[in-house]
Amino acid sequence: MDIWYSDNHTDNINFSLRINRQLFSAESELQRIDILESVEMGKVLVSDGDLVFTQKDEFIYHEMITHPAMAVHPNVRKVLVIGGGDGGVVRELIKYSTIEKIDVVEPDKLLVEVCSEYFPEIAGSLNDKRVSIRYEDGLRFIRSKTDVYDLIIIDSPNPFGHGEGLFTKEFYGNCYNALRDDGIMINQNECPFYEEEAYQCQRMHNKIVKTFPIVKVYQAFIPSYPSGHWLFGFASKQYHPTKDLNKVDWYIKGIGTKYYQPTIHEGVFALPVYVEELLKNVE
Amino acid sequence: MNKQISDKAAQRHAPIYEALERFRKMRIVPFDVPGHKHGRGNPELVELLGSKCVGIDVNSMKPLDNLCHPISVIKEAEELAASAFGAAHAFLMVGGTTSAVQSMILSCCKKGDKIIMPRNVHRSVINALVLCGAKPIYVNPEVDNHLGISLGMKVSEVERTIQENPDAVAVLVNNPTYYGICSDIKKITEIAHKNNMYVLADEAHGTHFYFGDNMPISAMEAGADMSSISMHKSGGSLTQSSLLLIGPNVNQGYVRQIINLTQTTSGSYLLLSSLDISRRNLALRGRESFNELVKMAEYARGEINKIEGYYAFSKEMVNKDDIFDFDTTKLSVHTLDIGLAGIETYDILRDEYDIQIEFGDLGNILAYLSIGDRKQEVERLVSALADIKRRYQKDKTGMLSQEYISPIVAMTPQESFYSGKESLPIKETKGRICSEFVMCYPPGIPILAPGEEITDKIIDYILYAKEKGCSLTGPEDEKIERLNVVKEGKNNGYMVFR
Repeated sequence: MDIWYSDNHTDNINFSLRINRQLFSAESELQRIDILESVEMGKVLVSDGDLVFTQKDEFIYHEMITHPAMAVHPNVRKVLVIGGGDGGVVRELIKYSTIEKIDVVEPDKLLVEVCSEYFPEIAGSLNDKRVSIRYEDGLRFIRSKTDVYDLIIIDSPNPFGHGEGLFTKEFYGNCYNALRDDGIMINQNECPFYEEEAYQCQRMHNKIVKTFPIVKVYQAFIPSYPSGHWLFGFASKQYHPTKDLNKVDWYIKGIGTKYYQPTIHEGVFALPVYVEELLKNVE
Repeated sequence: MNKQISDKAAQRHAPIYEALERFRKMRIVPFDVPGHKHGRGNPELVELLGSKCVGIDVNSMKPLDNLCHPISVIKEAEELAASAFGAAHAFLMVGGTTSAVQSMILSCCKKGDKIIMPRNVHRSVINALVLCGAKPIYVNPEVDNHLGISLGMKVSEVERTIQENPDAVAVLVNNPTYYGICSDIKKITEIAHKNNMYVLADEAHGTHFYFGDNMPISAMEAGADMSSISMHKSGGSLTQSSLLLIGPNVNQGYVRQIINLTQTTSGSYLLLSSLDISRRNLALRGRESFNELVKMAEYARGEINKIEGYYAFSKEMVNKDDIFDFDTTKLSVHTLDIGLAGIETYDILRDEYDIQIEFGDLGNILAYLSIGDRKQEVERLVSALADIKRRYQKDKTGMLSQEYISPIVAMTPQESFYSGKESLPIKETKGRICSEFVMCYPPGIPILAPGEEITDKIIDYILYAKEKGCSLTGPEDEKIERLNVVKEGKNNGYMVFR
């Protein structure tokens, strides 16, 4: 048997993994979900043919979308995770005892069920008693919320599929409204390298810059994502992502991580020249 | 029962589409027009539209019938459409609903005839009057002063107008208006018929009335004589394709002659097949689709009304008089109470939120929902409105609402259009007779029509609409700084060439 799964990074570039077997495949109202068992990257979660994460490198994405904000904001009590039905972000969040409540708004119930079966080490986090899952559209959920959250993490798949509404100005605007006066919003900000993604990257950044007073972009290296070079957006009402970083406090908490640490935190906001220009062009 | 089953079976056919499929398989060698020859002569066009699309862009020929004189597949398609819509006959139209409206009017009116109509008609109606020389008799529509929209015609007003103009030949009814408001077309039809007048319906926004449950009554069901149906709006066909329906008391052959006066002799098979397929879809699945659509519109209204300040209006306005019924698929939202004109909201939605809606007027926006919409897009619209309120809400003092300005018809549209004219700066036109249209587009309902006297109120209205960013159209002067008015004194008709 010689099975290969290819994730199209661009029309002309594929990222291919040798697959042992397909473990699961089904369609929900929103997407087709597949779980593949790859030879080298562990189990792979696939949505509508696109790679969502692999067991081997998901920690990078999930740590980096979570910890930088947690190390800056001194008092995060209430968190909203938009998307995130796989439980990866929540697994990182529940490491903080100061967090009192985590709302997860995931439109697709099937995703949560599948992940809890095939990725219990990740999705098990959703059973934490501070977590409540709402199965609904993120855009709809947030519309009626004002001044509620300290941190919003937008863990959305990609700007073209069913999550398109989570990459819009109306969504960022409603997030701003749902955050408290010192709230922070983190979003995955796509890859700056390939043309199509770079364009999306700019569009997102442009919309967020128009919505929040402090907006900085940071990076991480995620082998299975297009070009491996991935960006995140740090949008904040009050706290500066590096000036307000409190390294000592974070160390004292004793959070266990494999990628993130405060020294990296200071570095990831330094961007390559071309990325800086890409972003500056739309600010 | 048996008839119903055979009707349903017949509606599964799409004769034009099927003929095009047969034609494709025959691989005919084209030594006729169009000259792109199935796209081979224009590869860039094929790149844009696809080979399947350009492959059926063909000329009338025996296997495909001829729109000017249908005897085979187009005739069958027209008969199926008539049966699906409950009409005596249906004409497939390729010049937009404008051509259907004009054909209705030209079929009933000659020079000097009177036709009774509400003032909030589409420009195509008055254009038809320019062509045929008939005289409009306006029924003053009621106006909702809070929302600033024209409502339907009161039956009592229509009755009075008919009594005052017993020589009128026809009554035209919007069923519904752009905003979804219906007059009592059934009662109006009864009264008009009693007085030997035809009833013509502009159902550009009412295709779904023929298929959905609990919809306002359709013109054919109400007994109207002719109706123009924008299949390309709620029916899902390609832009520019429409239907003209007639009832049993209208001479089909004469209407065909009228249509052929202005219709192209090269009717597009893309448009014709889109009408055919859309009719089939509506007949087979329209009911379910429109029920879903109503649910989606109701959901959107509920969500928008939860955001304080907006008012998405609906059936609660129905008073069985000038709002005889309401089309719940229409999503109109009053925005003035958050301090934004409809047109401003319309611009913000497009420029900042990448959301294109149908139109904005001074006090309202209209988002057009159709069988192609999904829940996620509705969520975006609602969220954008919530965000716009957060960012832009202000006091509404000084905001104008649309008001109905009763027209003073000084000449017929034709007389004024063809009379000697001069161009004046808008502010200097008070008291003069306008010889052209001024309208906001969309909705394309004239503020001024040819033959109407210009008043201070109208001038103020035009200037305010311009300032708010309404897209004004109609006048010869592109910047709408000047208007053509009828020259005073001796009035020899001539055309102005510059």
